[in-house]
Amino acid sequence: MAVMSRQTKKRMTKLAYHLLVFGLGFLMIYPVLWMVSGAFKTNYEILNESLKLVPNSFSLDNFRRGWQGFGRLTFAHFFRNSFVITTAATAGITLSSAMVAYAFSRLRFPGRQFFFISMMATLMLPAQVVMIPQYIIFRNLGFINTYVPLILPAWFSRAFFVFMIMQFIRGLPKELDEAAIIDGCSFYSVFYRITMPLIKPALITTIIINFYWVWDDFMGPLIYLSRPARFPVSLAIKLFADSTSTTDFGAMFAMSTLSLLPVFLIFLFFNRYLIEGISTSGLKG
Amino acid sequence: MPSLTGLARSKNGARPAKPYRKLRQQNNFAGYVFIFPWLFGFLAVTIIPMLLSLYLSFTRYDILSPARWVGLQNFENIFLYDYLFTQSLKVTFRYAFISVPLRLAFALFLAILLVQPRRGVGLYRTLFYVPSVFGGSIAVAVMWRQLFGTNGALNSLLMSLGLMETNFGWLTSPQTALWTLIILAVWQFGSPMLIFLAGLKQIPASLYEAAMIDGASGWQSFTRITIPMLTPIIFFNFVVQIISGFMMFTQALVITNGGPFNRTLLYILYVFRKGFTDYSMGYASALAWILLLVVGVITAVVFKTSSYWVFYEAREGE
Repeated sequence: MAVMSRQTKKRMTKLAYHLLVFGLGFLMIYPVLWMVSGAFKTNYEILNESLKLVPNSFSLDNFRRGWQGFGRLTFAHFFRNSFVITTAATAGITLSSAMVAYAFSRLRFPGRQFFFISMMATLMLPAQVVMIPQYIIFRNLGFINTYVPLILPAWFSRAFFVFMIMQFIRGLPKELDEAAIIDGCSFYSVFYRITMPLIKPALITTIIINFYWVWDDFMGPLIYLSRPARFPVSLAIKLFADSTSTTDFGAMFAMSTLSLLPVFLIFLFFNRYLIEGISTSGLKG
Repeated sequence: MPSLTGLARSKNGARPAKPYRKLRQQNNFAGYVFIFPWLFGFLAVTIIPMLLSLYLSFTRYDILSPARWVGLQNFENIFLYDYLFTQSLKVTFRYAFISVPLRLAFALFLAILLVQPRRGVGLYRTLFYVPSVFGGSIAVAVMWRQLFGTNGALNSLLMSLGLMETNFGWLTSPQTALWTLIILAVWQFGSPMLIFLAGLKQIPASLYEAAMIDGASGWQSFTRITIPMLTPIIFFNFVVQIISGFMMFTQALVITNGGPFNRTLLYILYVFRKGFTDYSMGYASALAWILLLVVGVITAVVFKTSSYWVFYEAREGE
């Protein structure tokens, strides 16, 4: 009897646990599901039967209307713009951050410590503080309405990623580098042939996190781009939300959902790397 | 920090023997080649802009005509006459110091739930992280505006439960508008949750076992073991999140755009307006520098008080 009751008690705790966690999880995920369902609802349903998650009929009408975009600019155009910016910026930040991380963790040169501390100090410096002078500089160089202000700074590496990759390089055996150097390898080929292949997980984490940041970036495009033909998806959706007095909510939800699709797919396939990156970069060191 | 001591140790080593000297010179040269991207960027997009911004804060500058030196006039206007400056600072303090503790408490609560070795925990972790993945995106901000809008799901829910008779404007009411932004911030608890999870896993099980043998209750183990052992991580999360709380911009712009009656006029939003709507670049630069100092002081205060509440394990002599 006693054994039985203990077992039932255990089962009850288990049930309570799953109910609690699942209930909370549903509450957390509800807004996202709500937006996705809004992409299929009619505008009447959105305004009058807001709460429900399953639309009366799954119509792709919202997507068709939304995809048309504004004037002659369809969302195909905005998505292409977003992909161009994101790819160029991510390639730059990954390569440059790996280079800088390699220098700080494996090479000896005068001023290294000073540079390292300077870099860690910029980690605490929010980008928003320099947005105005950066804008003035890029404006004077004639880069308004181009992607240069959005892409070029990425090629200068980023402290957050440098630090994360450094943590990773520190875990690699130094003997590999030394053996290669003794065999006559230059530092450049050590970096290219030994370090780069070994830090692949850290590089993938960098790519994913940075993809998110650039894909979602709103302030940069908002400041530097004013011609709609240059807009990435984020600005286009804002334009949608503001455009007319009577917003087409269904189309807006449809395009919002589409804009999150690349983010979601990457999360689905690579979430291990993302989660590792966040938990290690925050802790070690 | 082991990283810093590691660097210090390697500095000023004994002068290497001859065959190695060439290697060291190569090392120096390669070092500068490899950090060049950072060094160039550090000067071009950080140091020079900051100096420029400092200079501009003493000028009147509308981009079209050359900057005119006005001395301390911007600062005088800000501190003495600018109602919106005090308002935005107040709003930002409220936002950061309400949303960050709530978010961290929620993140810790879920991390404790999800650290238990139960079936499906991995799936739950992914589920709870989804809101944060979408976090900063404009799509979420637009969705949030609808969720709390007059025809949104919240009103729909409250009315169907019979708690409310008519639609309520959560975004347009001065009492609730800021709370919609705070709830959005709390909803994105994913990264602190992951960091807490990693921290919880590092607490040795032997501590809990010892406490259990001594007859400690679950709550006692939580307050006497879990919390003290986590304080370094709580501290880290708190500093990072407060700074990012002060920099909140996108969602505020899209969801409430500062209104109603400037009740959600977060500081960066105000800087942005001064700079890019009024084209008062000098004034906006002064505002940005004040924010930098405010955030610096807050960080310093948090660091200073940390010795009273952050618990570090005794480390072996380094």
